[in-house]
Amino acid sequence: MSTLEDTHELVGRGNIEGAALFRDWFAELGETAKTGGEAAYVFVMGSCNEILKTFDLPVVFPEITSLQTAVRHVAHELLEEAEDYGYSPDICGYVKADVAVQLRGGDHPMGRLPKPTISVLTNACNTYIKWAEIWERMYGTPMYTIDVPGTRQAGGQTWAGNADFEADRKYVEVQLRELITVCEQVTGKSFDIDKFRDILGHANTMTRCWSRMLELNSARPSVFNALTDGTIYLGVANGFRGTEEGARYFERLVEEMEYKVANGLGQDMDEQYRLLFVGVPCYPIFRRFNELFSEWGGTFVNSTYLWFASGGTNRGFEYDLNDPLASLAEGMLVSVRDAMDSMFHQDTVLEQMIADHHADGVIYHPIKSCRTVSTGLADGRRSLTEKTGTPSLFIESDMMDRRVVSEAQMKNRIDAFFEGLASRRQMAQAGPKD
Amino acid sequence: MAYAAGVDVGSTQTKAIIIDEDAKIVGRALLDTGANVIQAAEDAFAEALTEGDINRDDVKYVIGTGYGRYRVTFGDSQVTEISCHGRGAVHLFPNTRTVVDMGGQDTKAISVTADGEITDFCMNDKCAAGTGRFLGAASAALDIPLDDLGPVSLQSTKPIKISTTCTVFAESEVLAWIGKGKKIEDILWGVHKSIASRSAGLMRRVGIEDEITFTGGVSRNQGMVKALEDRLEKKLNISEDCHYMGALGAAMFALDNILAARTPAETGANS
Ligand SMILES: Nc1ncnc2c1ncn2[C@@H]1O[C@H](COP(=O)(O)OP(=O)(O)O)[C@@H](O)[C@H]1O
Ligand code: SF4
Repeated sequence: MSTLEDTHELVGRGNIEGAALFRDWFAELGETAKTGGEAAYVFVMGSCNEILKTFDLPVVFPEITSLQTAVRHVAHELLEEAEDYGYSPDICGYVKADVAVQLRGGDHPMGRLPKPTISVLTNACNTYIKWAEIWERMYGTPMYTIDVPGTRQAGGQTWAGNADFEADRKYVEVQLRELITVCEQVTGKSFDIDKFRDILGHANTMTRCWSRMLELNSARPSVFNALTDGTIYLGVANGFRGTEEGARYFERLVEEMEYKVANGLGQDMDEQYRLLFVGVPCYPIFRRFNELFSEWGGTFVNSTYLWFASGGTNRGFEYDLNDPLASLAEGMLVSVRDAMDSMFHQDTVLEQMIADHHADGVIYHPIKSCRTVSTGLADGRRSLTEKTGTPSLFIESDMMDRRVVSEAQMKNRIDAFFEGLASRRQMAQAGPKD
Repeated sequence: MAYAAGVDVGSTQTKAIIIDEDAKIVGRALLDTGANVIQAAEDAFAEALTEGDINRDDVKYVIGTGYGRYRVTFGDSQVTEISCHGRGAVHLFPNTRTVVDMGGQDTKAISVTADGEITDFCMNDKCAAGTGRFLGAASAALDIPLDDLGPVSLQSTKPIKISTTCTVFAESEVLAWIGKGKKIEDILWGVHKSIASRSAGLMRRVGIEDEITFTGGVSRNQGMVKALEDRLEKKLNISEDCHYMGALGAAMFALDNILAARTPAETGANS
């Protein structure tokens, strides 16, 4: 049942509360920077937040702090600073914005960032490793790289119980145990397994909610914008993973979305075309980019970004609290591998997404900055077209560098794409010609 | 009689086409876009009206297209030049499945269905290499008028290979070849071959299927037609109206609007 008060109280709550959590997060980081406290630098694909939070380490996600500089329209200044310092225009914009922030003593548009006491990364992107080496050189920060074995062949994913998988699990588990030792050394605290269990429990709640959210957006009309709203949810999913606030936030978010679905309350627009987004968003013109689609009644109902940038949480893997470390290792294997595979086996993933979310079109957004995400997109698109015939659009720009984002050229392509969708729909409605 | 019009405001040239209810071209105009885009659109439209001896009030629907489509202030709506080139090409050559449009600042490859529906497109608008601008730079460096570019290049016997694909560097490379005593026609043919090669690459991205129609201002250059045909090993559809293809497609969409707005009685339908 819906009442006007319910609607007023629930709809849009997730965005407001998400923004508040973001402010809290940056306030904590600012405070840590001020007192010279410890902080961990981590990445979205395999953050290990569960372990770091057990040691009460505030976490910085440099990918998120960097993208925030683009959303706040200052990224170009930072990129130029890093380039003046000697970084090539071809290097990932996230790295360069962070380098400039570090050169400015941690001065970030959302507050001051603490220096890294430790950095934790996976091999999901080679740039992570090169990036952490920069902090190591700048500050002597120890970097801890977790080698997560990926899928070794197309369609060749293995699961718990399989001998290869179990060998991989052990391999990851040993690395996680070593990380715990490193954290003990860095913080001077000993590892508290009960606290760790609680954290895994909260992470499980968040994972459950994340999968549920994605599922709920298959509703017609869709209830959240996978691109704009989705980025807010992603921030909380990463920064607050394993925390009570994070778990509570997502429970309330699911409540909001279930309410919207039950009452047929869609996004704030007339949904004409349901779209999937592939790649990393165009942060320098974040709102405008979305408008270029919404002007035509195009809504983003899901994205590969919500999969890989949530570290593969979409998989819905939940930890076994009775065997926490082995289970965390399994979760990392399944989720980080999936974060990587959602790029490598994209056509299969997208085929399913098109069916589940009743999508009318797929938008590919390869970016200059990122080989990891962009390299396979042309092949993926070709394969998807052959398999499904679903219309798709390929637009190239960047997630940080506005110098390669041309709104007029983008609009031309987007308008032409929608003209095509409209005429296709018109012809389908008119029925066969003869 | 009601008429429909399309005005294609390109980065370099502005084209206008007026068609009658049978989709026959009755008026056309072509002029340089220049700095005043709004004026260029108005002038081209006025010129097409004059050429066809048509009353402004009899033109019931106008569609703007091209990069300046939103500057066609008298237009009833806008359609991208991608859709318009596809539609125009299928109208003139009904078996068209691939369109290659070479204009002043960009080159597009478009794949279309028999209904003129765009199934895919791909464009180079990031750099001027492989477009009319590149030819313009070469024509300036060699001091040859645009109209003569094609005919001169076709006299080549020993084409040189142009290695750069950047307009800025092309000029100096062309000058360097002159310095080395190479013949102008051989240099020019090299320039054409280089553009044809880039354009073919673009076309491959959408899939090259018979028949191919070549549109845009550069399709008037016979050298470019030959270079592309050699490269693709296929004949291309070409017509005098290919430069006007965007405007023609826009006029066709405008005509759709006029016909769709009619009541069954007006169209004579009795179902
Ligand atoms: N008579 C001609 N011979 C050769 N090339 C021509 C001729 N007329 C125009 N062009 C070429 O066509 C280009 C303009 O093409 P057009 O399709 O009108 O471009 P746009 O729509 O971008 O303005 C010019 O840059 C020029 O290179
Ligand atoms: S290269 Fe791509 S995946 Fe790697 S850090 Fe940069 S944006 Fe992220």
